[in-house]
Amino acid sequence: MGRLIRLDRTGHTTLAEWSAGEADSHAEAAAAFRRELDAGMLASVPTANGSAEVVRELPADADLVVLRRPIAGG
Amino acid sequence: MAQARLKAPPRPAGTPRRPGLEEASALWWRGEVSGETLRRDGRRWTAWTVWLVVVFTAPGIGLLLLSPWTLPVALGCFAHAWIVPWLQARRGARSVVPLGSGRGRAGTPGAERVALGLLGDLVGHRERDLLRRTGLVVQRGRLGVWAVGERGALMVRPGGRRVDCWCVRVAETDGLPAADRVAHLLLALREDEVGFAMVANLGFSGAAWRVRRGLSEAARPALAEARAVARRGR
Repeated sequence: MGRLIRLDRTGHTTLAEWSAGEADSHAEAAAAFRRELDAGMLASVPTANGSAEVVRELPADADLVVLRRPIAGG
Repeated sequence: MAQARLKAPPRPAGTPRRPGLEEASALWWRGEVSGETLRRDGRRWTAWTVWLVVVFTAPGIGLLLLSPWTLPVALGCFAHAWIVPWLQARRGARSVVPLGSGRGRAGTPGAERVALGLLGDLVGHRERDLLRRTGLVVQRGRLGVWAVGERGALMVRPGGRRVDCWCVRVAETDGLPAADRVAHLLLALREDEVGFAMVANLGFSGAAWRVRRGLSEAARPALAEARAVARRGR
C-alpha cells in the first residue's frame, strides 16, 4: 500500500493511497501527484537506509511519497 | 518589485540540467560543492579571522610601544580583536534554529504533534532521542555530519574539528509547523547533500569550540554527537 502525503500547515495531509496491483488507485494518486508538482511542490521518497530519492513520477512500489515545498538559502 | 529583483536569471541554452535536488538545479550558475571547495572556504575563513585579529591587535601593540599612556585605547583594540571573531562565530551558530527553541513560529499544537510524528518516523531511534533533547537532527553525509534545525544547519567536517554553519530554510513557510520545517530540510539533505550545500549559504566556518559557544546549552549535545560521529568516520 502506497501513501502520498503533503507536508502542510496541518502537519501533513494524506492526498491519496494506492495498491501496486490496482491500476485505478495508482492512476488517481498519480493525478493528485501531478497536480501538486504543477503547483510547485517537490516529491521525495524516504528510504530505509536513511536517504531519500527525488521523484518526478509517482512510483507504484513506494510505501510513502512525501510532497514538500522548495528550500532556499537563508 | 522585490520578487522581480530576486527572480533567478534564465538558464543559458545548452546548460545541462543538474540531477538531484530541484532547487540546486535552478541555481545553474553556482559551482558544485565538494570536500575541496569546503576546505578552500574553510581556509578563507581562517585567513579572514587571522587578518581581523592582526588588524586590531597590531595598532594596540604599536600604541603601547609609543606610550604606556595609550593603554586604554590599546585595550579597546585588543577587545575588538576578540569580539569581532566571537561575534562572527556566534552569528554562524545562531543561524541554526533548533526545534522548540522558541525562535521560530510554531504551528497549532495539533499540527505540531502530527508533524513531530512524521519527523520521528523519518529518523532512527538514537536521532529521535537526540532531537527530543536538542531540537536538532543529526544526519551523516559524505561531506560531513549535519545537525539540522527548523532553520539552518551545522556541518561538522570529517575529523570533527571544523564546523560550517549554513543558512537554509523552507522558502515559503506559510504556517508550516516547526517540525515540518525540520522535515523539509532533512528530506532535501537526504535527497542530495551536495545540492543542499549549493542551495544553502555558508555563513561561517571555524573551529568547533567557537561555534559551540554560540549554541544554546540544550543544542550543544547535538554538536557533540555530530563531532563524535565525524571523528569515528575518519
